[in-house]
Amino acid sequence: MRVGVFICHCGNNIAGTIDVARVAEETRKLPGVVYATTYMYTCSEPGQEEIQKAIKSENLDRVVVAACSPRMHELTFRRTVAKAGLNRYFFEQANIREHVSWVGEDKESNTGKAIEIVRMAVEKVKQNKPLYSTSFKVNKRVLVIGGGVAGMQAALDCADGGLEVLLVEKSPSVGGMMARLDKTFPTIDCSICILGPKMVDVAQHDKIKLYAYSEIDEIKGYVGNYQIKIRKKATYVDWTKCTGCGTCMEKCPSKNSYDHFNFGVAPTKAINIPFPQAIPKKAKIDPDYCRQFTKGKCGVCAKICPTKAIDYEMQDEIVTEEVGAIIVSTGYSLIDIERLPEYGGGRYPDVITGIQYERILNASGPTSGHIVRPSDHAEPRTVVFVACAGSRDKSIGIPYCSNFCCMYIAKQAILTKDHVPDSQSYVFYMDIRSPGKGYDEFTRRAQEEYGVKYIRGRVSRIYPKGNKMIVKGADTLLGTQVEVEADLVVLGTAVISNSDAGHMAEKLHISYDTFGFYVESHPKLRPVETNTSGVFLAGACQGPKDIPASVGQGSAAASKVQALFSKDMLESDPAVAKVNINTCVGCLKCVKTCPFQAIKEKELRDGRIVADVIETVCAGCGVCTSTCPCGAIQLQHFTDNQLLAEVNAICLM
Amino acid sequence: MSDVAPRELRIVGFLCNWCSYGGADTAGVSRFKQPTDLRIIRVPCSGRVDPLFIVKALLNGADGVLVSGCHPRDCHYTDGNFYARRRLEMLKRLLPFLGIDEKRFYYTWISASEGARWQQTVTDFTKRVHELGPLHVKKEVAP
Repeated sequence: MRVGVFICHCGNNIAGTIDVARVAEETRKLPGVVYATTYMYTCSEPGQEEIQKAIKSENLDRVVVAACSPRMHELTFRRTVAKAGLNRYFFEQANIREHVSWVGEDKESNTGKAIEIVRMAVEKVKQNKPLYSTSFKVNKRVLVIGGGVAGMQAALDCADGGLEVLLVEKSPSVGGMMARLDKTFPTIDCSICILGPKMVDVAQHDKIKLYAYSEIDEIKGYVGNYQIKIRKKATYVDWTKCTGCGTCMEKCPSKNSYDHFNFGVAPTKAINIPFPQAIPKKAKIDPDYCRQFTKGKCGVCAKICPTKAIDYEMQDEIVTEEVGAIIVSTGYSLIDIERLPEYGGGRYPDVITGIQYERILNASGPTSGHIVRPSDHAEPRTVVFVACAGSRDKSIGIPYCSNFCCMYIAKQAILTKDHVPDSQSYVFYMDIRSPGKGYDEFTRRAQEEYGVKYIRGRVSRIYPKGNKMIVKGADTLLGTQVEVEADLVVLGTAVISNSDAGHMAEKLHISYDTFGFYVESHPKLRPVETNTSGVFLAGACQGPKDIPASVGQGSAAASKVQALFSKDMLESDPAVAKVNINTCVGCLKCVKTCPFQAIKEKELRDGRIVADVIETVCAGCGVCTSTCPCGAIQLQHFTDNQLLAEVNAICLM
Repeated sequence: MSDVAPRELRIVGFLCNWCSYGGADTAGVSRFKQPTDLRIIRVPCSGRVDPLFIVKALLNGADGVLVSGCHPRDCHYTDGNFYARRRLEMLKRLLPFLGIDEKRFYYTWISASEGARWQQTVTDFTKRVHELGPLHVKKEVAP
């Protein structure tokens, strides 16, 4: 066995706190190591050539690179050794950067630790076996979960590229948050005017199949071959018959349903079409409010419907679909105002959230675009905006910035002045974050042209006095306390992840951070990929994002899917479980524990029962290997021998 | 041929690739300083960790063993960490029968974004092992 070891300086990142020359010197003493050297940047092109040259000149059959994390460059170096003719699994990477040089301060201890880590990798690589991929067919259909602007963009880009798309949206219409906005910053474009055509495109595209008011029940399979169970929730209206005429909504006697689309600014009917531009424009019944469901009698809509589309007996329907890739664009939620007791916690009708104000400003909203305050429907003269209502507040567990509140607050302040010319707006802010193109000019315009008064400081309390709301806060620039008597207070509430984000992540086998936002594969270089191949991210489900960023990610995710689907066959990961039929006793414990149902029982010609791994389904977790009582099933590349070689390299040597 | 500084003890860590190994990387990227005693072995899933690896490590010279996986319900492989939890919980009860203080073994869940939590875990566990001192069990014969 001829192992070559390449120790990377990584500039000063490694060599600054590790004596790399000594690591090389010690490594040369290890049995099996015939070559050990250091290099400035091993991942650079000349660095990789160095490895390939050494493989040839030193006749190496195994390679260890001691550098950064294998999560960073394992694939790079596997390709490098493969180009030089070695099997790519004859490579191991020792992580002496993230796990040593960056976290330890003492050069002496770091060097000792690095020597041992390299030794572990050498012992492991000596146990490595060549592994070979098999190829499998790709189902070139894509599932997009969530029909907000990011999801629609992804769906349209995929469909325009010729792929079949399934778009699943949990609410009755596509459009997401953007459909609820009145205008968009910094151009003051009418939001639905620019989104509407996209929504229509989604509805009319012959490559897009839209599942509105549907949710994902189950996802099985792997990249290229997913089986999806979609739950079409009961709408109690036969959408094949409903024409969206709206007569039912007019006549419905139950007038106090919560309006999800308008965030409860005003109640709606129990049978409703969420908004005039809804796609699909179909009615649905909210059984929590419908008298037919709550009292057992009514039936007005069934009587009035000209196409007899009402069906009170309707049940949820499960549809099974098969796809090859998934784009997740499930969007975001906003913090519940109840979590902000200092701002009234929802007790005061005239303290509302930014998205509610957006609906009030909107011409198709509950107030037909007239700015009135909820308590007495009077036109407000003084409006106070509170930025960072919940955001950047560690005390409620939201330390991050919600990204777009600064901008929409400036926009809403401008619109307020447009609607009510003699009004005065105040904005309490921590910092103005307006780094986008034309954004800073926009916030300046709000101040200079529209006379919006910006006060740098936080609001400590909001309370009623007569028919006014008193907003108490600090002006940290002047170092004084401020009190504003407001007619209406608008809170720029914090962006949070959806309450079911975790459940969705579980179904998709992707990870999410402490706040429930999905984790991308690399924060800089793989922003729309996840660590699960075949699953991509778009939009605010990955973190708070404004419209252009969401659209950009939607297109990016679509292009990733296109690239994935440009091949007819995909290569499987050969690091899967393998059964030794000579030692397998056929207890089939592995069959029961496998989380992927990737192991089946097989009868051999002599009638003996053994376990058999379906290679393409096996995801390579190794639960079976730890379960097997006789070591007969081994996860390739992480076999008992390989892991014990590492243990022994630390403990015994 | 020991390269361990005299004040260091031997601590072996088994980390799952998707969460905890990523968390340790995040700690590195954020330059969260840690004691240097720990050596990390990367496994695909905490469910891959055979309790016998841990026993083997402790009998062969490790003074402490740490296992870390994805948080429950955040496993890359759905429920590998639940299998790990059952096995490791059993192991914890078995260790005293081998004459090993169960405090020398610890398992936890750390996600890829929890660099600070990883730093804390390594620091606390290293401190704990140092308080217990080196483990003296009859050395197994090297294979």
